[in-house]
Amino acid sequence: MSLIENINKLFDHRIRLGMMSILMVNEQVDFKMLKQLLGVTDGNLASHVKALEKANYIVIQKQFIGKKPNTQYRATKTGREAFKKHIEALEKLIQP
Amino acid sequence: MTNKDYLNDLSHIKELMNRSSRFLSLSGLSGILAGIYALVGAAFSYYYIFPRRSSILTLSQDNIVYVHSHYFKLLLLVLALVAGASIFTAYILSARQAKKNGEQMWTPVSKRLLINFLIPMVAGGIYILIKIKSQHYGLTASLMLLFYGLALVNASKYTLGTIRYLGYSQIVLGLICAAFPGYGFWFWVLGFGCLHILYGTLMYSKENKAA
Repeated sequence: MSLIENINKLFDHRIRLGMMSILMVNEQVDFKMLKQLLGVTDGNLASHVKALEKANYIVIQKQFIGKKPNTQYRATKTGREAFKKHIEALEKLIQP
Repeated sequence: MTNKDYLNDLSHIKELMNRSSRFLSLSGLSGILAGIYALVGAAFSYYYIFPRRSSILTLSQDNIVYVHSHYFKLLLLVLALVAGASIFTAYILSARQAKKNGEQMWTPVSKRLLINFLIPMVAGGIYILIKIKSQHYGLTASLMLLFYGLALVNASKYTLGTIRYLGYSQIVLGLICAAFPGYGFWFWVLGFGCLHILYGTLMYSKENKAA
């Protein structure tokens, strides 16, 4: 069925969906904030970050604030479009 | 995946979007209390400060209102106390609500809220002070309502969106007030007193319904 096709397999995971949601409404978010909002461990978050980055849905920017390392994440244009399509598909599936 | 799962996904998305970009721990109770403080301050001004009006204000020949400093300073003090008490109450109640919601008080989100709320407030405050310095008191109440309303509308993007309706009301009230010179005090009472209590109650009842 074509409706199911538009459901993105990559977002078939609550944490990835959550991460993308946060990045849709914020220009950039750091690791600490993502971890706090999603309530996951460092390792768990890192693995999902890797998956989304591999698909080019997010970009990672590592920098230093003074001496402390700081990692910021942003959604890419590809990521945003994929997310929007996924949402539209979800909404269509709900309406009978 | 069932329909229910998809619905859960969508509400999960919405919830995270809100939580990551808005400070959600504002309590309607702080609005109700702010309104009460304003009414108390207004009553004190009306029964204690204003009867000495003749010694406060003089309408000179060139129609400029001159204010005698002692009682005017008392008015400003009442204003500052009302504002201070409202801010303090709002802070305490928000901290308590944030703890309940598992939200943190000082995050980039809440800082953004504060800055965006303060920009119209500070600009308005400075403007009003400049006007007062040059003895132009007539529009003080309407300016206060206007800038406060604008500050609320601006802040509503970074916290509970329903605040903007309070903002709209204050703006409208401020404009009507400007059209009726001489009744500034009553419009001030309506805006900072009654509207706060009204909206605070609406918000508070919605909070408790959801809980």
